[in-house]
Amino acid sequence: MFDNLPEFISTILDGLGLTLAATLGGIAISAVLSFVFGLAMLSGSRIVRVVARIYVEIWRGTSEVVQLFWIFFVLPVLVGYQIVPLMAGIVVLGLNFGAYGAEIVRGAIQAVPRAQYEGAIALSLTPAQRMRRVILPQALVEMVPPFNNLFIQLLKGSALLTMITVPEMTNQARNVLMDLYTGQAGLIWTVLLVFYLLLSVLITFGMKFLERRAARIVGRGPSQAARDRGLAIAVEAGAGRGGGFPT
Amino acid sequence: MNWDWDYAWEVLPGIVGEGLLVTLRVTVLASLVAYALGLVLALLRRSPVAVVRWIVWGFIEFIRSTPLIVQVFFAFFVLPNIGIKFDPEPTGVIVIGLHYACYTAEVYRAGIDAVPKGQWEAATALSLPRGRTWFAVILPQAIPRVLPALGNYSISLLKETPILLTIGVLDIVGAAYQEGSAAFRYPEPITIAGVLFLVVSYSASLLVRRLERRVARSN
Repeated sequence: MFDNLPEFISTILDGLGLTLAATLGGIAISAVLSFVFGLAMLSGSRIVRVVARIYVEIWRGTSEVVQLFWIFFVLPVLVGYQIVPLMAGIVVLGLNFGAYGAEIVRGAIQAVPRAQYEGAIALSLTPAQRMRRVILPQALVEMVPPFNNLFIQLLKGSALLTMITVPEMTNQARNVLMDLYTGQAGLIWTVLLVFYLLLSVLITFGMKFLERRAARIVGRGPSQAARDRGLAIAVEAGAGRGGGFPT
Repeated sequence: MNWDWDYAWEVLPGIVGEGLLVTLRVTVLASLVAYALGLVLALLRRSPVAVVRWIVWGFIEFIRSTPLIVQVFFAFFVLPNIGIKFDPEPTGVIVIGLHYACYTAEVYRAGIDAVPKGQWEAATALSLPRGRTWFAVILPQAIPRVLPALGNYSISLLKETPILLTIGVLDIVGAAYQEGSAAFRYPEPITIAGVLFLVVSYSASLLVRRLERRVARSN
């Protein structure tokens, strides 16, 4: 039953490069768009806010599949220029998840305590300095966990590129392996699921690293959760030694 | 190349009449599966048996970390091999429902955690049996609070239903694609599909927002 396992793995590995390219490309574009439109939604100018809001609502309100089909089937007809399927996929992943990311950025910036703004104004920092030196570093720490979830969603979204003929991992399993080994569907799809699971775990590791770095920049120690754990241990240790008030 | 209104009107009835209907049916049924199964998973995560908790945790993490489209293919190709045969649409409803149950389980969990500890203690003091504590005390307080979050997952779920066209379910996008390939002209049907999604998901999000306000008021 497992005779063909090496072939399954190597065939799916042939698509790994494209899955990684789509995921990393999508992450890069969506990260940039998240910050651009997240900040734009907080802009003082009404027009900028409205434009950002429209972008977010359109890309969040329609389905990723529709967006892929639109760029793949419709755009070439309208502009007379066919873009490479992989590029179309990366652009859609970036624009789609950028819209979700913009809400994360906006939320995290708004969650920074008001006193921080007031302090920065009292120190007569310019609006740019205020954002770059005071608000953003604190907001970044809050953004990392939701971005972790978002990037895992993006990785999962990259599997939809199979629908516009990109030969990434899912396409390899569906169009190469399933044609040859229909009877071994169980093993083929299980191997593929494990591949995605490993990539998700990898993203989480990367984001945990970023979280620690972002937290260190603002002097918050490793992370809030770790700090809470540490605190709990300290309290327990204190109680064990009979510390605190005598009763 | 210009937009052809005549052609757009011609394909509209097919996309709305068949596609939209299928999309809404799948969304509603899969949501019901996700709501029910999510609650079961959330309760199992609080099982007194540690092994059950671990297995359920592992299952939820696994489903959430892997793409829905691969899970759909898995069910579509693997289940018939072991003698379970479903039509594409029920297969899709079950897989999407199961996938989203792993998200709603977390929603229920947060809702259950938010019920004050005193409620549990009161139930114990009244020596209510475990079942009564859950279904007469805890859940009636936990569930109304999480309804808006559940609604939001239904909206996400709606937007993932076009995945099912890979196994032959003709939803909005499937119907649009079929109309397009019949006439070798895609811009109008695919754009109509996009606009339909925007209309449905935006009106659904307005409903969820109203629900949110009502929940906030009743607390």
